[in-house]
Amino acid sequence: MLKPSPKAPKFTVTRNACKLCTPLGAALVFKGIRGAVPLLHGSQGCSTYIRRYLISHYREPIDIACSNFSEQTAIFGGGANLKIALDNIRRQYDPEMIGVATTCLSETIGDDVPMFIREYRESCAGEDLPPMVHVATPSYQGTHMQGFHAALRAVVDQLAQGGAEAGRHVNLFPGMVSPADLRHLREICADFDLPVVLLPDYADTLDGPLWTEYQRIPEGGTSVAAIRSSGSARASLELGDVLARAKETAAGLLWKRFEVPCHRIGPPVGIDATDRMFAALAEISGRPTPENHLRERGRLIDSYADGHKYVMDARAVVFGEEDLVVGLAGFLGEIGVVPVVCASGGRSGHLAACIAERFPDHSQKGIQVLSDADFVTIETAARDAQPDFLIGNSKGYSMARRLDKPLIRVGFPVHDRVGGARLLHLGYRGSQQLFDRIANTLMAARQTASPVGYTYM
Amino acid sequence: MASIPILKEREKHIYRKGAEPFNLTCGQHSLAGVVSQRACVFCGSRVVLYPIADALHLIHGPVGCAAYTWDIRGALSSGPELHRLSFTTDLREKDVIFGGEKKLQRALVELIDTYQPRAAFVYSTCIVGIIGDDVAAVCRQVSREKAIPVLPVHSEGFKGTKKDGYKAACEALFKLVGQGPVEQISPWSINILGEFNIGGEAWIIKSYYEKMGVEVVATMTGDGRVDAIRRSHGAALNVVQCSGAMTTLADMMQARYGTPYIRVSYFGLEDTSKALYDVAAHFGDNPAIMARTQALVRGEISAITPELQKIKAAVQGKRAAIYVGGAFKAFSLIKALRYLGMDVVLAGSQTGNDADYETLRDMCDDGTIILDDANPLELSKYIIEKQADLFIGGVKERPIAYKMGIGFCDHNHERKTPLAGYEGMLNFAREVYRSVNSPVWRFAPARAAAGKGVSPC
Repeated sequence: MLKPSPKAPKFTVTRNACKLCTPLGAALVFKGIRGAVPLLHGSQGCSTYIRRYLISHYREPIDIACSNFSEQTAIFGGGANLKIALDNIRRQYDPEMIGVATTCLSETIGDDVPMFIREYRESCAGEDLPPMVHVATPSYQGTHMQGFHAALRAVVDQLAQGGAEAGRHVNLFPGMVSPADLRHLREICADFDLPVVLLPDYADTLDGPLWTEYQRIPEGGTSVAAIRSSGSARASLELGDVLARAKETAAGLLWKRFEVPCHRIGPPVGIDATDRMFAALAEISGRPTPENHLRERGRLIDSYADGHKYVMDARAVVFGEEDLVVGLAGFLGEIGVVPVVCASGGRSGHLAACIAERFPDHSQKGIQVLSDADFVTIETAARDAQPDFLIGNSKGYSMARRLDKPLIRVGFPVHDRVGGARLLHLGYRGSQQLFDRIANTLMAARQTASPVGYTYM
Repeated sequence: MASIPILKEREKHIYRKGAEPFNLTCGQHSLAGVVSQRACVFCGSRVVLYPIADALHLIHGPVGCAAYTWDIRGALSSGPELHRLSFTTDLREKDVIFGGEKKLQRALVELIDTYQPRAAFVYSTCIVGIIGDDVAAVCRQVSREKAIPVLPVHSEGFKGTKKDGYKAACEALFKLVGQGPVEQISPWSINILGEFNIGGEAWIIKSYYEKMGVEVVATMTGDGRVDAIRRSHGAALNVVQCSGAMTTLADMMQARYGTPYIRVSYFGLEDTSKALYDVAAHFGDNPAIMARTQALVRGEISAITPELQKIKAAVQGKRAAIYVGGAFKAFSLIKALRYLGMDVVLAGSQTGNDADYETLRDMCDDGTIILDDANPLELSKYIIEKQADLFIGGVKERPIAYKMGIGFCDHNHERKTPLAGYEGMLNFAREVYRSVNSPVWRFAPARAAAGKGVSPC
């Protein structure tokens, strides 16, 4: 098995973290549910910092409420604050759901949030209450991805219901992907004539048009009713290799509790991985892959042929969330690029195994996998690896600048360009965009380095 | 227009000039469940100390607080850039259970060995006090061992508001003051306080003082250096900008070292000139300073007036809304906007006090909305009602403006353009012009609905 092999001595300190905290992931999931308001149970800074971070990427209004602990709250417990917060959210936003995520503060003082919510429900007997979903997201446990998946699990756990017979619809858990990816996945399901419960679906809430009238909660998202129906879906599809190795997932829960069959495949980036997703959808729907997607696949392979020599044996540093890194690495391998450093701040313990599965010849290729890595560690490895380009989020920019190598921005966050929400990564179409960007980046590098300055490349 | 409800508890934080007797509540802990634009105590400390470029900034806590404040500000340094790195003890579950002191100590030692800082600041985040870490004791021990000041910053997020964070930062800074040599300092010397060198603003301000013949001993904290802060008690005057971020330090220096201080602002022609004249007047024993100041002000203003006049012609009569952290900045912005012929229809702040709001009331026209600790719903309600053409705020306010087709000017720490001083005023005017006069707004549906744009066909 491929072992993580950091060359730098392991530092106690995390320097320039390649990860975010758990409540951010949970808040993002709640933003993908129709009419939902996320509520963080902790200090005001938690919600404000997370809002600022998300807004800088999505460039949309993102309201995240907070129970706003004071010193007294920390001493006497956060029950009273949480109930006031729930009240005020209902009065201001009239939400269809409230998603309550804890923070390191409320978890450390031992607040029993499910009990607080129960008490709140009892105190509002007779009132029409929205569902209040609770998820434990102490930031000392895992990264924003743990928060993301924990929130999905909590939503399904607390809302899903079984049905007498299986419905026509499919549950799709895409992972932390872009609004453009979500729209593309919806389109693919529609082309298979498969009704889909896409969770989360922040395609519209975090990438919508300007407004005519003010929207307290932006339109869009998967409805609570749709989530309830996830227990009677004909199947679930969960995207993520690392996720597939997790002990408990939303789709796993639906299988255990309602026997909804679960298909687990890696992120559909590149031909092979996307083929697997289309095969799964074909199996679930009983229909062949629609013609328009086959043509898109054909064009992608055509472009591989056109561009293969520009990318062959190029060396890439890949970083970001574990499942994104695995998906990108697989795709890069497919086009002849060597992902010489595969790095993540995540520490599921599965990254190395997932990369090894994609690259049985990883040791000959000199592929290095870094788990629980920060950007200083990644930069040290990247310097040794002499990459041609870096691919990951925009927090890698200062590293790319020092290494004097191009950075291809993908994933989250993209804080230094517009259009982060519109980046497409998934399916044949997303792979096409990635391929073109990679090939063009390498061509541009050759062109720039050329003393001649050819207009033909 | 869908009505946006205002919570009863919030009504007393909102004042409409002219219509009602003035009675504005402020300085309170934010209401739970409202989406306050404020951050936390930690945020206050972090913004004040962040620009000290040769100090180590170690954030003791789980990963989030460090990740969200990594290199987010435009605070420039002319030399070392240690402040742009994000260091955190990244506390994990076992640290929370067994305590983080040992990890903190190891972290400090390895960071000091690696980066050789002139001092270290250790920021406590929410859970540090709760798990019982004695941060001060660890700091004392490492300080002895490494022979540099290692200063605890008591910035647990929930222990007050951002203002308490300012205070904690000033208390940490005050431990440095008085430690350096002062023999060579001119009798006509100042410290610049509350100026953070966003986009190089401190350099602009400092150059004015140097041209006036006034020595700047320390800038706190823009382009800050530990050694300069240590000798800052040798300055004859503290010149304090900003609402309250560093007034605490000025008070402490006055009490211990007898250093008088004046409060100034460097935004807008009027306030910048007043600041420089006030300093010159303070040094009345050296009339050459006043003479040079007059020449400087005349020269600077006449250099930018022609372009300002052109911009004024283009933006005259437009309506502006202001929502900023400290109210003092709002005063300057009102004057600067009036200079450009614009009307201020909303003015608010996160942390204003009674005196601040009285000043605001006196400055504003009838009908102007004054807001304390507002949230996105309230801001949206009033910018729509008052038909603002421009919103001045930070990243969290930006999408609120854009969604409704309103121009925006970032006047927060993340901006990269200097807006202080005379050239800053020109930059400000240009930015206002570019946003307010952009042709894109005619496509905005809210503008079309108001009869000011293109309706969709």
